[in-house]
Amino acid sequence: MTKFIRKQRYLIDFTLSSLLRRKTKNLGLLLVYTLIVFILASVMLFTHALRSEAGIILQESPEIILQRMVAGRHALMPAEYLEKIGRVRGVVRKEGRLWGYFYDYATKSNYTMMAAPDKGLSNSEVIIGAGIARVRWLGIGDFISFNSFDGKTYTFEVKEILDSESELVSSDLVLMSETAWRTTLGVPEGYFTDIVLSVRNPREVSKIAGKLTLKLPDTRPILRDEILRTYDSVFAWRQGITFVLLAGAVLAFVIFAWDKASGLSAEEKREIGILKAVGWETGDVLHMKFWEGGIISLSAFMLGYLAAYVHVFYGSAVLFEPVLKGWAVLYPEFHPVPFIDGMQVATLFFFTVFPYTVATIIPIWRASITDPDTVMR
Amino acid sequence: MLFVTVAVLLIALTVVDASYRRHGAEEALQQRGQLVAELALTDLALFTEARYTRHPSQSDLHSAFQDHPMALEYFPTGSFLSPPRRYRP
Amino acid sequence: MLIELNDIRKVFNQGKHNEFSAIRGISLQIEPNKVTCLKGASGSGKTTLLSMIGCLSRPTSGRITLGEQNISGLPERFLTDIRRHTFGFIFQKFNLIQGLSVLENIMLPAYPLGTPHEALMDYAHSLLGHFGLSRLSTSPVEWLSGGEAQRVAICRAMINDPEILIADEPTANLDSKLSREFMGLVDDLHQSGKTVLITSHDPIVFDSPVINRVVEMCDGQVLKDEPCY
Repeated sequence: MTKFIRKQRYLIDFTLSSLLRRKTKNLGLLLVYTLIVFILASVMLFTHALRSEAGIILQESPEIILQRMVAGRHALMPAEYLEKIGRVRGVVRKEGRLWGYFYDYATKSNYTMMAAPDKGLSNSEVIIGAGIARVRWLGIGDFISFNSFDGKTYTFEVKEILDSESELVSSDLVLMSETAWRTTLGVPEGYFTDIVLSVRNPREVSKIAGKLTLKLPDTRPILRDEILRTYDSVFAWRQGITFVLLAGAVLAFVIFAWDKASGLSAEEKREIGILKAVGWETGDVLHMKFWEGGIISLSAFMLGYLAAYVHVFYGSAVLFEPVLKGWAVLYPEFHPVPFIDGMQVATLFFFTVFPYTVATIIPIWRASITDPDTVMR
Repeated sequence: MLFVTVAVLLIALTVVDASYRRHGAEEALQQRGQLVAELALTDLALFTEARYTRHPSQSDLHSAFQDHPMALEYFPTGSFLSPPRRYRP
Repeated sequence: MLIELNDIRKVFNQGKHNEFSAIRGISLQIEPNKVTCLKGASGSGKTTLLSMIGCLSRPTSGRITLGEQNISGLPERFLTDIRRHTFGFIFQKFNLIQGLSVLENIMLPAYPLGTPHEALMDYAHSLLGHFGLSRLSTSPVEWLSGGEAQRVAICRAMINDPEILIADEPTANLDSKLSREFMGLVDDLHQSGKTVLITSHDPIVFDSPVINRVVEMCDGQVLKDEPCY
């Protein structure tokens, strides 16, 4: 057993010094390989972290949201629907929500305007998200104006800026009193945007949703589970599409690696001949090449993964920002919480390390079963 | 050999670091959750350019011509953000 | 260890239109602790014969026995095992691996055996010392002169302490002074109890007093006394 280990150590030593002989070539290969792993791992870590975080914090969103549909589009919810719902068993709380969008021409960004009756805001005060504070250079006590639906301008004092820790959900929020909200956005008294319902027992949610659609046929319930599922699939889909986009690069690398690994140069063939002549078995040569493939792919995996970890969780995935931002002016500054899926990492490991190692071994196997006396000829 | 050891240690360190930071972020997560509950929020503020990207779970994606005919590819994120499963045919 | 060849034949590309008979029925005994030279022009089949004796290839027909063991019918695995314990090879072009250091080149044949590292290093260094190569141990082999490369090749052949040394045209790439030096080294090896087998068509080799026996070959057969011109 110790003999076997010693032998493998010799083989690794030999592999390392033979890799070092073609320094630029092998370093170049390692670099490209590492880069590929880095990008794949970054996408993976980032989307998984976001997905997990969305899953956790949106767990707190309302169990049921009731939207009114008119001609296939969602419309304002009349306040009397709250009474029409009446008492439904299991519903602990029901109230109308007021929210909408506001397009700010000055910064070319969309705000999400929300009435927050619980915040105790006066009619001339607002609470804004940290993203808005950033693009508008606002601090507490500064003033911000909004053009109302009927062409008037209302100015509000910034009473509070939402904690930057919660930017992921709040960066574009503007919270105001109900009166201020209705005055600015033109939603008349007696209407809400939608209705939220809290349900005590999560198992009753779908039953309650069924009852609601019977009572109010022109409404559509949106369940929290659906929201969570939406986010799950959004990020899974996003990850998938990124991988598809990367597939070209990955394929190019595969071709490059295959060519490098499988196209044995005459020199390498001669070396294998020498090794066999001086007493190496076919198996020894294969072991050696296995280590060669293993060392390169393992190093690439480890370096790429480490770089990706630092990039995503310490660098807030700066390289993805342009893609994620799109046209959005208001982009939340956030630091993903490191949720890591061991299974995903293992999959990445398998798909990056294994094929390369195999690709290096197969052609060598063909070369190494040739007769050892070729070097004599 | 040294390199492999260091790299393996560093990877182990990422696991430790991740769990440590997850632990440290618990409060922030809770805070975020609290804000979500308080304001009855439903979506992440990641993509603010259109209502179907800002509130994917709320928009009526099954109505034709969201913002414009063939609006799906309107924004770069449009290509990344598919309709939620329940709206798909 | 006595090497015995019995009606050895070797045919290349058997059954094809370019079939070629390299060895045509050779029977020979090679005594232990002697320096034997296979002499002949190129194409006479001496390298082919040597590679069969050294377990690098197998005869098409005939029997080779090494001591008590019949090696002509063994599968490759066993041949390799016998080869690395019994034979040391010195090739015509030295066949050192470029880019590796002298020391690494010397230790190559010992890697698959898993010899303890310290013992191996000690032995490699003592060999280097013996052949006056100590100061070169870390230099890459492509820096070496022809004579130095030759001595490195000898060290590599010796690393597993084989009983039989096989040298294929060892002086082909050396000038006459270095060739004589080489024969001196062969004498040393002989004195230390090794069996040495050399192929050559270089008079410095086969006329050297170091050689105990000259077997002259032509067209794949042994010519006992008559020269092959």
